[in-house]
Amino acid sequence: MAVVETRNLTKVFKQGELGAVNNVNLKTREGEFLVFLGPSGSGKTTLLRMIAGLEMPTAGEILIGDQVVNHLAPRERRIAMVFQSYALYPHLSVYKNIAFPLKAQKVKKELHKEKVEWAASLLGISSLLHRKPRELSGGERQRVALARAIVREPSVFLLDEPLSNLDAKLRLSAREELERFHRRIGTTTIYVTHDQVEAMAMGDRIVVLNKGVVHHFGTPKEVYDEPADTFVATFLGSPPMNLIENGDVIVGFRPEHFRLSETLDEAKVTFKFHVENVEYLGAEYILSGSLLGGRFEGKEVIARLLLGHAYEPGTTYEFAVPERHLKFFDRSTEKRVEARALTWQ
Amino acid sequence: MAIGAPKIKSIGAAQSPLLGAAMFGPAVLYIVLVIGAPFVLAVFYAFSDARIGSSGLHFVGLENFRSILQSPSFRTALKNSIVFTVCAQAIVVVCSGTLSIALEKPFRGRGLVRFLILLPWVAPVSLGSIGWKWILDSIYSVITWVLVWLHFFKPYNTPMWLGEPHLAMASVILVHCWRLIPFSTVVMLAGRTAIPKEIPEAAAIDGAGFWRTLFQINLPMMLPIINVAVLFGTIFTFTDMTVVYILTAGGPFDSTQTLPSLAFATGIQGSDLAAGAAISLFLVPVLVLIAYLMLRMAHRAEVV
Ligand SMILES: Nc1ncnc2c1ncn2[C@@H]1O[C@H](COP(=O)(O)OP(=O)(O)O)[C@@H](O)[C@H]1O
Ligand SMILES: [Mg+2]
Repeated sequence: MAVVETRNLTKVFKQGELGAVNNVNLKTREGEFLVFLGPSGSGKTTLLRMIAGLEMPTAGEILIGDQVVNHLAPRERRIAMVFQSYALYPHLSVYKNIAFPLKAQKVKKELHKEKVEWAASLLGISSLLHRKPRELSGGERQRVALARAIVREPSVFLLDEPLSNLDAKLRLSAREELERFHRRIGTTTIYVTHDQVEAMAMGDRIVVLNKGVVHHFGTPKEVYDEPADTFVATFLGSPPMNLIENGDVIVGFRPEHFRLSETLDEAKVTFKFHVENVEYLGAEYILSGSLLGGRFEGKEVIARLLLGHAYEPGTTYEFAVPERHLKFFDRSTEKRVEARALTWQ
Repeated sequence: MAIGAPKIKSIGAAQSPLLGAAMFGPAVLYIVLVIGAPFVLAVFYAFSDARIGSSGLHFVGLENFRSILQSPSFRTALKNSIVFTVCAQAIVVVCSGTLSIALEKPFRGRGLVRFLILLPWVAPVSLGSIGWKWILDSIYSVITWVLVWLHFFKPYNTPMWLGEPHLAMASVILVHCWRLIPFSTVVMLAGRTAIPKEIPEAAAIDGAGFWRTLFQINLPMMLPIINVAVLFGTIFTFTDMTVVYILTAGGPFDSTQTLPSLAFATGIQGSDLAAGAAISLFLVPVLVLIAYLMLRMAHRAEVV
């Protein structure tokens, strides 16, 4: 097992253009499940590929187990990687796919069978060993890729959106399986995803990336409750945080904290909320509409409410946000700032 | 337009079934006249005693084939054809494979190098071969001149590239390779680019070095396309006579005579049409087999 660290890591593909990864500093903990979260094109894959040794950094250092590995070839870094496309060897059977790292790393031949069978049984694919990758379903391929990754017992796991090719139902069960799997083997894992739900559910900590820059690095709770800037605030959470401009700050509040004023008996800020659309989602309502009156006239907001009260589209309600749930961001830098007293009317 | 077009076409076809035939005609005509007729004629001649300049024509059964099989020059030519084809293909595969690896990653001037490599394919065979005839000439050879200048040979004791049996064969093979490598390289480059780049990367992470990745990952994945290139090249080499004819005309002492050049020498230059036709018919079973294999490989390449 090992700790992965990057220092001012930067990758610029075309000189003069904006870097795909810019000045990234981060450090995993021993055995941690770290998630890189960001929209498509934010540099997650590039960052992971630099750690794997498939991409040469333009600047900065990569350390694995306290050793600088910039100059080391991928195979000398004791890592395993699962690609988004799984990258199974199409001409080899599942058995030979899983045994390939053992052969390549000159593990004693007598041990191959035992190790392959161990990895296969851990992932429940023992019955597929003689098949070719093209004869497998998406979920089975993903398991073969994982089995191939664990068979050599690497010190770090790198996973690039391994669930994105699965259908929604399978994705959920595969996610749980991955979590169980990580708890069992306890290897330091870096997991790339663009899905914030996946990131929140799986990560010990989350690195939120946009345009190659780390916006926030923290536990799911920190990232969700104390977002470092407006990008993080709106990227996590569905529906996203409401943002309204007030003077030289932007004030944000989550849809689930926007409630009927009469149900709140604490310090709060009230708004007139004109509901334009009501979505019934079984366990909750999503109300969308706009604020009425005062300086925020016409500002679009969303509320997320548990069942219990019926809401009518086209009606105006008195809504409010508890003051302790208000987040403040600087209007020019969009960075989080201290809570402050504001005039609201 | 997109909706209207198929409708118009189907009406047109329905109104005039002749249109289809007319469109198809030229292709059929071409195949019949240029390939079918000479082939039938060759079969016909092979069982006769046709000679250039004689008007009599009799059916002689398998007599031509029998006498060919007994002729030493036929056996030499068959052996030479096999040596020529196998050696040329082996060299072509290794060289074009290496070139395709070298040309895969972008570098400064790659476009120019690719263009230069393709040139021998674009240039007419006869022109290229005549060029080589000069390069390998017994008196004016540039290669000899350079080797002498580098003190590998004494000026009065130089190799006769086209005049000594083994050297002549080697020269013919190499010139043919020079011609085939471009095509083969392009095919292999296409085969290499068809491999998703994650797969060799996964191999690199799994611990494979250059050779293991090459022999256990890249080459097996390229195998269908390599097969197509090899079979194509084999047909090309086995049936080719331009290079042999221009460089050595089969000599010295039949040492570079191949089946096609022997057929030409016997049937056209030697006026024995029947024997020439019979010799070229020996190529057919081999080529049919190769064509069959090629179609199967191409099919398999599609499926994988
Ligand atoms: N090989 C490459 N050459 C040039 N640009 C690249 C290359 N790989 C990625 N990029 C660019 O770098 C940025 C980040 O890409 P990537 O790391 O794949 O993002 P993500 O995985 O977060 O979707 C994108 O703008 C992409 O176009
Ligand atoms: Mg990606």
